[in-house]
Amino acid sequence: MAPAAETAATREVIAVRRLSKRYGSRADAILALDDIDFAVPDREFLSIVGPSGCGKSTLLKILAGLIPASEGEALLNGTQIDGPRKDIGVVFQSPVLFPWRSVLGNVLLPADIQRLGREEMTKRAYDLLKLVGLDGFERRYPWELSGGMQQRVALVRALIHDPTLLLMDEPFGALDAMTREAMNVELQRIWMERRKTVVFITHSTAEAVFLGDRVLVMTPRPGKVGDLFQVELPRPRPLDVMNTEKFGGYVRRIRGVLNAGGGLE
Amino acid sequence: MMKGVRGLSLRLLLIAATLLVWEGLIRGLSVPAFILPAPSGIFVALYRGIASRLYIDHIGVTVGETLMGFALGSALAFSLGIAVALSRRVEYFLYPFIVMFQAMPKVALAPLIIVWFGLGITSKVVSAALVAFFPLMVNTIVGLRSADEDRINLMRSLAASRWQIFWMLRLPNAMPYIFAGLEIAMIFALIGAIVGEFVGAQSGLGMLIQSMNFTMDVAGQFSILLILSVLGLLLNSIVSGVRRRVLFWDPSQKIDAAGSAAAGKGGVQ
Repeated sequence: MAPAAETAATREVIAVRRLSKRYGSRADAILALDDIDFAVPDREFLSIVGPSGCGKSTLLKILAGLIPASEGEALLNGTQIDGPRKDIGVVFQSPVLFPWRSVLGNVLLPADIQRLGREEMTKRAYDLLKLVGLDGFERRYPWELSGGMQQRVALVRALIHDPTLLLMDEPFGALDAMTREAMNVELQRIWMERRKTVVFITHSTAEAVFLGDRVLVMTPRPGKVGDLFQVELPRPRPLDVMNTEKFGGYVRRIRGVLNAGGGLE
Repeated sequence: MMKGVRGLSLRLLLIAATLLVWEGLIRGLSVPAFILPAPSGIFVALYRGIASRLYIDHIGVTVGETLMGFALGSALAFSLGIAVALSRRVEYFLYPFIVMFQAMPKVALAPLIIVWFGLGITSKVVSAALVAFFPLMVNTIVGLRSADEDRINLMRSLAASRWQIFWMLRLPNAMPYIFAGLEIAMIFALIGAIVGEFVGAQSGLGMLIQSMNFTMDVAGQFSILLILSVLGLLLNSIVSGVRRRVLFWDPSQKIDAAGSAAAGKGGVQ
């Protein structure tokens, strides 16, 4: 009997309870999120998939502390998220790199803001850049890199301050299909090496299944949890896994939920 | 686009031909020198003025006034621009004044400035500062407010303070606008200094032009116009030189370098 170990294994990094979000005044408010409930255990990779307008980006902004919830609560490590926090890393759809900072400078931005030791962080930055295959690019500037490389820099920046939670908002949405697949494989590899709790938002069903331990399907107008299931595919998953019957089954399951929810016209 | 040695030699040839035709026409039609001098007369006046050190001293005065006016005007414009951009309250109360002064031709204030600050250098510095002030202030405000929403969200998601968002994002982001404003401010400061000297001064190139006008020394005036345009170019290239070093990351740099510089970005007046 080791209760400490047991709680650690089932520890919830994120707990979202009865969360709703309304935009606008009381009379003609638009309900973006309606009664969302889910939890993410430590070191899980949770994919959230849904069509545009299902409120998944709103949900991510609430988790990042950028906007408040209207009702209900979101907890990170047991404490309420009521503003931006230092233990979260966010990757947005566009890389959002500062052109006046070098690759290294961009990666160290969170360390500069949170006044972490520059020397130690620089060492960490070199390690992480190597991990994503960007060693040798430390002194380059963002405009010298391709879209895929820029998004890798953004990923390293989100990891530099060793956050407990990594939020990713359609991070590969702006990349071409081939780069995107390569980035999916890459992200899986990085995640397996540096186990983090990840909430990964996407509108691609294949991407959601390929990357996720579990997939949360959101239906739109208002944004609700349509389905939440476990993906039983062994890791590391090769790209070929997308051609298997089991993979196709998961994708069909998501489509079914979205069709029933009126998500796909 | 013409490039290389061929383009350059064609340009020089065209300038030489223009001067030659000009000289020929003046001599052939015997135009009096107090209407329009020949290029040779202008160069003689230029040589005399420089050799006698007369021009050198006056150049020193005008450049000094311009640089001090530029520094004063820019410092004020930059600080006020920051205050307006960061505080809605400051903007609310200052806005009527800003609009009124912006619409007013600042050179119309020159006679008053001479009354208030005298015939010495101070009045020219004030006049230069006043004219240089607005383009930089407007550009500073526009630049500081132009920070992209995604970038602000990134900073906020990292729990950055208001100050950190200003120093790490808004200010560097505004630099292209600020430098465009500085380049204009430099040229405007020269205009302000010359106008101040026109209205009343004991020295400076503007004063020299005025006194030459009274003695109908038109060749002398042309020689000073030549000096003024060279000065304008030099002063401008100081700012754009600094800009190129600081803004190595700005994509619009490449466009500026290829074509005309100094075209204002955003709300330049």
